[in-house]
Amino acid sequence: MAGKNFPKKIQIVRMEKISKYFQGVPANRDIDLTIRGGEILGLLGENGAGKTTLMNILYGLYRPDGGRILIDGKEVTFRSPRDAIRSGIGMVHQHFMLVQNHTVVENIVLGDGEAPFFFPQRVVERKLLQFQERYGLKVPPWAKVWQLSAGEQQRVEIVKALMQGADLLILDEPTSVLTPLEASELFSILRRMASEGHGVVIISHKLEEILDLCHRVVVLRKGEVVGEAETRAVTKEELARMMVGRSVVFSFDWKPAPKGEVVLQVEGVSVRSDRGILAVKQVDLTVHRREIVGIAGVAGNGQRELVEAITGLRKVESGRIRILGKDITNQSARVIHAEGVAHIPEERIRFGTVPNLLIYENAVLKRHHFAPFSDVLFLDYGKIKSHTEDLLEHYTVAAPSIRVPMKHLSGGNIQKLIVGREVSAGPALLLASHPTYGLDVGATEYIRKQLLKRREEGEAVLLVSEDLEEILELCDRIAVMFEGQIVGTLDREEATVERIGLLMGGVRGNG
Amino acid sequence: MAEADFRLGGLQISLRWELRQKQTPLLSAFTLLAVLATGSLCVGLAFLLLGVDPLFALGKIFLGSFGSLYGWKETLTKGIPLFLISGGLCVAYQAKFWNIGAESQLLMGAVWSTWFGLRFGESVSPGLGIPLLFLVGFLGGALWGVIPAILKVRFGMSEVISTLMLNYVAAEFVSYLIVGPWKGKSKYGYPYTEDLPKHLLLGTIPGTRIHYITLALGFVISLLLFLLLYRTKFGYEVRVVGESPEAARYAGIDYVRTAVSVMIISGGVAGMAGVGEVAGIHHHLSYPGNISAGYGFTAIITAWLGNLNPLGSLLSGLFFAGILVGGDAIQISLRLPAATVHLFNGILLFVLLLGNFFLNHRPVVHIRRR
Repeated sequence: MAGKNFPKKIQIVRMEKISKYFQGVPANRDIDLTIRGGEILGLLGENGAGKTTLMNILYGLYRPDGGRILIDGKEVTFRSPRDAIRSGIGMVHQHFMLVQNHTVVENIVLGDGEAPFFFPQRVVERKLLQFQERYGLKVPPWAKVWQLSAGEQQRVEIVKALMQGADLLILDEPTSVLTPLEASELFSILRRMASEGHGVVIISHKLEEILDLCHRVVVLRKGEVVGEAETRAVTKEELARMMVGRSVVFSFDWKPAPKGEVVLQVEGVSVRSDRGILAVKQVDLTVHRREIVGIAGVAGNGQRELVEAITGLRKVESGRIRILGKDITNQSARVIHAEGVAHIPEERIRFGTVPNLLIYENAVLKRHHFAPFSDVLFLDYGKIKSHTEDLLEHYTVAAPSIRVPMKHLSGGNIQKLIVGREVSAGPALLLASHPTYGLDVGATEYIRKQLLKRREEGEAVLLVSEDLEEILELCDRIAVMFEGQIVGTLDREEATVERIGLLMGGVRGNG
Repeated sequence: MAEADFRLGGLQISLRWELRQKQTPLLSAFTLLAVLATGSLCVGLAFLLLGVDPLFALGKIFLGSFGSLYGWKETLTKGIPLFLISGGLCVAYQAKFWNIGAESQLLMGAVWSTWFGLRFGESVSPGLGIPLLFLVGFLGGALWGVIPAILKVRFGMSEVISTLMLNYVAAEFVSYLIVGPWKGKSKYGYPYTEDLPKHLLLGTIPGTRIHYITLALGFVISLLLFLLLYRTKFGYEVRVVGESPEAARYAGIDYVRTAVSVMIISGGVAGMAGVGEVAGIHHHLSYPGNISAGYGFTAIITAWLGNLNPLGSLLSGLFFAGILVGGDAIQISLRLPAATVHLFNGILLFVLLLGNFFLNHRPVVHIRRR
């Protein structure tokens, strides 16, 4: 630790023309990014904009397909995070990478190459206390990690990175798991680090925190840099527009229609996430017949948990959910489906299909136990197959035959089959989660038309999507979720990209 | 996917494995041939190391099992428990419930049916007694099999560990019974229970040890399990749970019910195999190693070799019964250690798994000049 008394920190990191493709799909395209020591840089963008990919490249987790990285003018190649750490770059991921059953000290020893082989704990504890004093990073050295709150675990990660000699610290969505108080503590730690010459990069989609904390902000969209600004010289509205981009072109024939009776009624519903924290807080929501209601928001703000609660895949902590007046709160997925809730799931391949089973076996998933597809004991493969043929024809699914495994279909065709399967059940409510995410233009348009058709036929649709274009084009009403709450509901006429963008970024009120 | 980089002179070679999009019948046939060839080669090598002419030894194995009437009789006899157990394991494995405990489920079937036979045997007629024997054996195996299912769904305990460990528990339990409370007074101090009443013993085809009732049960149950898996709602749900637990949850399939049911089935039929061994072969309970020649473990291989299809595993069960018998033959004629045949089984399973990997993946090699 001798060199640490006279820290010679990284002055400037340049990423030049960085490109990265995943199976031919660009995640980063020709991105130029400069990070300076002593500066807090915000990396802003929607999910899938390429922020995390870009930083994973800088941290050595991915190798770029094009472009180069320069640290203080010298080109570097990182084959693994170890190389990046040696060059003074540290990263704290959104999901912490700590050994839950070990103590804080043990976790830090794991990543500390300088710790002595025998009895390293005391040495590390001493260092830990030094950092605590210097940056206000309070962590209990001898507590087991699983006993710590999310904020404390994050501080352990930060200390770990600093002890490994990180001059430049990258934090991926650092406040997503923190309470407001913990977040403001984190910010003051980061400010102190920057004042000592550390570079800090924050990946975030929250406008207010970027403006509050960062000196400079770079906005990414669809893998490209679309804007850069000093935070002093930019407004929330400008950032929101950069983040969601484009003015929306309406290409569908959308006719106003009087809405009918209430189909879905959600009252004061709270739901916990897998980690046990409240992901949905006291949400109220109504969907009527002849209506599409959209839920907009950046992913991870409770949409998934809300959808799972409505479809019976997740327990409701408090509140009521009704379908056509009937209480279905905490019923099983099977019962809720039978009450008329169809679900186009978010992860269509993992949840919506069984890739190794044949197409016709997939075509009756969830309905296999109903007539006409089965009797008391046996499945009726004749009826199942003819039903599948009908689906393929009606919903223009391109498949070599109904007898091939589902995994041979393309993403668009898989989704068409799921849509067909769910819609053909004649549900009272169609719940569509990110139905066109990752699909090509043709399939996207087809699926959007199907959703509109449900509305025209007088049925209810709840659409969860991050795609604002989709939401604005299709929906009668738009509810925006942020940190587990619906922070605003806009009618179609009053909804604009700017207003939704601000709400998505957590800026309340009618700004 | 796995990736490997290495350098050769001025070349940079990288090797990756990609998922195959399609599996043609030609490829499957080729893989099967390659598997058999590689397997024989490895086994032959092992024989060479033991100082035996490989062709001669392999010939002995297969002539010993399939080359004579006597061989066939023994092969079928040893096939009976394999048919039953591997059919049940197909069901469990299709749900991706890794039951490694069929050996102990067989033993518990043997224990329960012995208890029933000794306690109530005298007071029931054969027409009622024999079906009851199998029913009780089924229950014994099923209850033993349900324990790991409950441990898994209640406490998240890995079924691989619990089923494996329960094998030891059951084996020690049987040993305790036969030297302790159940030791037969008429057995001159041998660690056997008394024989079951004569009218409850299973008939054999004259001149053989083939207890035909169990053999017939093996065929019928395999067929029923095939229909269960591929024609019923329950089988559909089993396969969905196995292929994608997430999709099963989405489809509202009850995991607990499915896990418990597949263990009732696979444990139960293993228990019936135990009844066959007691009432058909030995006529009493004896050491666990006598009651079962590792059938519960061999059936794991035969279930996989049969592609987890109960009908397919009838064929592979016959094949492996042959290897067991052939193993006895070379043990006698070539004076090779008894474990040689296990070596054979192990090598075949390895090669088979490798073959499966090749069937699902293809290598992609990139060579670049540095």
